[in-house]
Amino acid sequence: MGQHVLLIEDEPSIAEAVRFILARDGWRVTCHHDGASAVEAVKRHAPDALILDVMLPGRSGYDILHDLRAAPATAGLPVLMLTARGQGADRERAAAAGANRFVAKPFSNAAILAELRALMAEAAPAGRAAGDA
Amino acid sequence: MTTLGGAPFVAPAAYRHRRLIDAARILPFAGFLLLMLPLAWEPPAGALRDTAGDTVYLFALWALLIAAAAALAPGLSRPPSEGQGRDG
Amino acid sequence: MPFDLLVLACIAYVAILFAVAFAVERRTAAADGAGPPRWLRSPVVYTLSLSVYCTAWTFYGAVGYAVRSGLEFLTIYLGPTLVFLGWWILLRKLVRIAKTHRITSIADLVSSRFGKSPLIGVVVTLICVTASTPYIALQLQSVSLSFAVFASDTPAGWHLDRPAQTAMWVAAGLAIFTILFGTRNLDANEQHHGVVTAIAVEAVVKLLALLAVGAFVVWGLAGGVADVLDRIAASPVAGWELKPDRWTGLIFCAAAAIITLPRMFQVLVVENADERHLAVASWAFPAYLLLMSLFVVPIAVVGLERLPAGTNPDLFVLALPLAEGQGTLAMLAFLGGFSAATSMVIMEAIALATMLSNHVAMPLWLSLPRRGAEAGDLRRIVLVARRVAIAAVMALGYSYYAMASGTAGLAAIGLIAFVGVAQILPAMLGGIFWRGATRAGALAGLTIGFSVWLWTLYLPSFGEGTVIPAAVFAEGPFGAGWLRPRALFGVGGMDPLIHALFWSLAANAGAFVAVSLITFPGPLERVQGAAFVNVFAEGEAARGWSAGGAGAEELLVMAQRILGEDAALAFFRDAAAAQGKAGWLPDITPAFLDALERRLSGSVGAATAHAMLVQITGGATVSVEDLMAVANETAQIMEYSARLEAREAELTRTARQLREANDKLTQLSVQKDAFLSQISHELRTPMTSIRAFSEILRDGELPPAMTVRYAGIIHDEAVRLTRLLDDLLDLSVLENGTVQLAIRTARLSDLIDRALTAAAATRPERRFSVQRDPEAEDFEVTSDTDRLAQVFINVISNARKYCDADDPALRIAVRRQGGQVTVDFIDNGSGIPAESQGLIFEKFARLTDETRAGGAGLGLAICREIMQNLGGGIAYLPGRGGAAFRVSFPQVLKAGDRAA
Repeated sequence: MGQHVLLIEDEPSIAEAVRFILARDGWRVTCHHDGASAVEAVKRHAPDALILDVMLPGRSGYDILHDLRAAPATAGLPVLMLTARGQGADRERAAAAGANRFVAKPFSNAAILAELRALMAEAAPAGRAAGDA
Repeated sequence: MTTLGGAPFVAPAAYRHRRLIDAARILPFAGFLLLMLPLAWEPPAGALRDTAGDTVYLFALWALLIAAAAALAPGLSRPPSEGQGRDG
Repeated sequence: MPFDLLVLACIAYVAILFAVAFAVERRTAAADGAGPPRWLRSPVVYTLSLSVYCTAWTFYGAVGYAVRSGLEFLTIYLGPTLVFLGWWILLRKLVRIAKTHRITSIADLVSSRFGKSPLIGVVVTLICVTASTPYIALQLQSVSLSFAVFASDTPAGWHLDRPAQTAMWVAAGLAIFTILFGTRNLDANEQHHGVVTAIAVEAVVKLLALLAVGAFVVWGLAGGVADVLDRIAASPVAGWELKPDRWTGLIFCAAAAIITLPRMFQVLVVENADERHLAVASWAFPAYLLLMSLFVVPIAVVGLERLPAGTNPDLFVLALPLAEGQGTLAMLAFLGGFSAATSMVIMEAIALATMLSNHVAMPLWLSLPRRGAEAGDLRRIVLVARRVAIAAVMALGYSYYAMASGTAGLAAIGLIAFVGVAQILPAMLGGIFWRGATRAGALAGLTIGFSVWLWTLYLPSFGEGTVIPAAVFAEGPFGAGWLRPRALFGVGGMDPLIHALFWSLAANAGAFVAVSLITFPGPLERVQGAAFVNVFAEGEAARGWSAGGAGAEELLVMAQRILGEDAALAFFRDAAAAQGKAGWLPDITPAFLDALERRLSGSVGAATAHAMLVQITGGATVSVEDLMAVANETAQIMEYSARLEAREAELTRTARQLREANDKLTQLSVQKDAFLSQISHELRTPMTSIRAFSEILRDGELPPAMTVRYAGIIHDEAVRLTRLLDDLLDLSVLENGTVQLAIRTARLSDLIDRALTAAAATRPERRFSVQRDPEAEDFEVTSDTDRLAQVFINVISNARKYCDADDPALRIAVRRQGGQVTVDFIDNGSGIPAESQGLIFEKFARLTDETRAGGAGLGLAICREIMQNLGGGIAYLPGRGGAAFRVSFPQVLKAGDRAA
């Protein structure tokens, strides 16, 4: 069984596309559409990685990430952010909020897979370290 | 009421306006005095009043007062050109 | 003359009056803000309306008076003549004060001057009602008597069984007329253009009637002027005695009455449209009075000669033409008398009803627990109170008539009323010329004067032994001889009327001055006193308010309940504009509170308006600085500081405008960034899907069902992209004014139906109740109806989207006024916060931040552009409970209406 990815994205068509792409690559994908209850969803599903959109109804992706980083259980969770904008300012904000990697919309299917893999590769030693401690 | 400014000399138009206001203030009192005049006309002992004469006098006086007021009114309702002569 | 014909003539005449009043009201309403048509505001109409002074008492009674007392009747017209000749001294000041302070009645004037005292308002109202009731009864009596005169002179005719019945019908008819035209709206100035015009028409009718009868008598029955003078000298009328006390006393009394009678104050001061009209009236009204009196003595003399002994001299005007077989002339005379009676009753009822509602009903209503300043639309309550008051005043007049069905000469009742209302004179004159006059003094003077009048004149008028036992007349109450009603302090031998006039006014003025001298006025009294006495002074008067403790929106809600929604909104917007602020909510400065209070006073009277504002603001009234300003009488300092203040205010205003412009620019720039990223997001979202699925499709190996589905998604997202681009283009076209309008005619209700159906697609899961008024919407509009519907859809969708009530409801209120249509969409949510209200129509504005991704926020900007193209506008209305949008546009769009 592949690793579990939680996708938080309010646009149904984008969510469907990403789910298809990841599932084809062997990931197990859960989708969540709402920003306000996103933090609880992360805790509930306890995924191996999180793909987080910035613009969400109810709560922004930056705020959600900020909360996740503040909680011990999710502080080390690998997060890939989907920024709508490719500019530097958005990247900086995403990085400041604690995103590990990000992809700008619109992305190529190959790009998102590559980013996710890179994310897991970066996170693996850290995750093991956390597990050992 | 006091007149604002108190300048000893004002432009002729403003001066006219002030005198016009004086006249308007005096008019009712003059009218009242003239209306009291018939009280002094004692009819000769035993005789009746000269009612017809009273009638003519009172109506003539009345018409005169109205004419005076009509003569004053246009000047009063126009504000003076200099903006002087304000009062209360 | 047959009874039916007479009644028919009356009805036809009244119908004409109705038509006149109605036409004028309609013209005034149609002029829409511009006020009544010019000719209505002319000095001629004003002067004619003043003729309500000449009641049936003048029309019929003057001749009777002349028969009994010779030329003494002239005093009733000479007194007012003197007051008008001296208009520069008194009337001008009264009118200016009333305009400045939006005075609604004489009770309001006195109450407002003495610290907006509700108690004084009640006392003055009481005096007016007591004094006017017999006066109204007198009018009813004269109408029924004039009917009776026709009855007795037609052998084959009819017989008037119960004159009381005639009086009752007249009273009821007048009540209806007065309620219809006197309480149509709560005008800010308490002006009733329809009624005033009808009264002016009546003034012409009664003057012509009396002149016609007079001319007939002088040149028809007698042989011209010289002959008449001879006959006067020879007639019993010549036997009159000129009594100095009565001559002077009555001139004084009539002079007082012309300003203190409630109806005279109403037409003279309250209904005055322009101060300059006084200048014309100063000679024109005395001239009217002269013409009314001109033929009185000739008619009396000739009537005595020709009519059978025992004919009531009070009805010579009518009896003389009848006896000479001049049916048409008699009919004209009858209508003249009818006019005189009806105009008096209508005006008196309006004046008294205003007082009763503002000074008695409203304070009572406001003092009810839980009613306070919060609940319900007060305008309805005030209007209902006025209507009830009018009916009550009529009923009082009628009962008095029925009870004391008069045997006394008509003149007696009129003079009793004159002396009664003259009791207001000391407080009124003292109030506007003497700053030292206090509330306690006014109250003492009014009460004592009123009591003396009741005791020496009013109660005795019912006759010895009816109200006051005969023994009391002879020996005084409880044997106290110095209290005998006709000989106070043992001063017998005086004419009873002059006796009452002298003692009541002496006691009144004495108490007023004495108590004023020993009491100390409160702060508000001093502020008002200075404002009234120095009404012509330069600069701003001291204000009755210091800092405000209330929110603008709260005050707006209250103002709406009294002034009506539109008037209140306009008032607040103007105040905000004067402060250099955009939008609807001004800063709550003392100046603003003062202006608002005055505006409200125009509807409910000073005392009530003050009480209501105190309720909301928590009573932060006069401050020490304000009192200092009152105390400081050094004119130069005042003027200098006023000038400085003006300059400072100007600077503050400019600075504020600059600051606001700057704020707006900053906000716009922030919004522009936000808008660009919003647009970017909106474009990227569909593009992301399209790109992702097209790559999936390109990779192949999909089952056919999936292929179809994914192609469908690509298609939908492409459509979405197109729509967004369309919106952007639409906005830019609308903004450039290059849009092509497709003008069509459609029923407004259909447009709203269409919009509701289309908007139902937004959040279809929500149950949304919609309140509409089908009748109000049922008319056609000619405009670009598709664009109009687009705006409606947008506004309704917004409500569906953002209304946060648990049980969301949308009210759609439609109104038409002078060719302009307004459609209000009001939901029951929490509305839009005040700081955002100025921004929502900006192109880049979105009340949401990035947490609420959704539409690009172009909707309202597009709406605004569309409405500008349709010659109208869309605005946010604060203070309506929920979010409220007003869409306004011309009912028929013409080429010139379109804003470039």
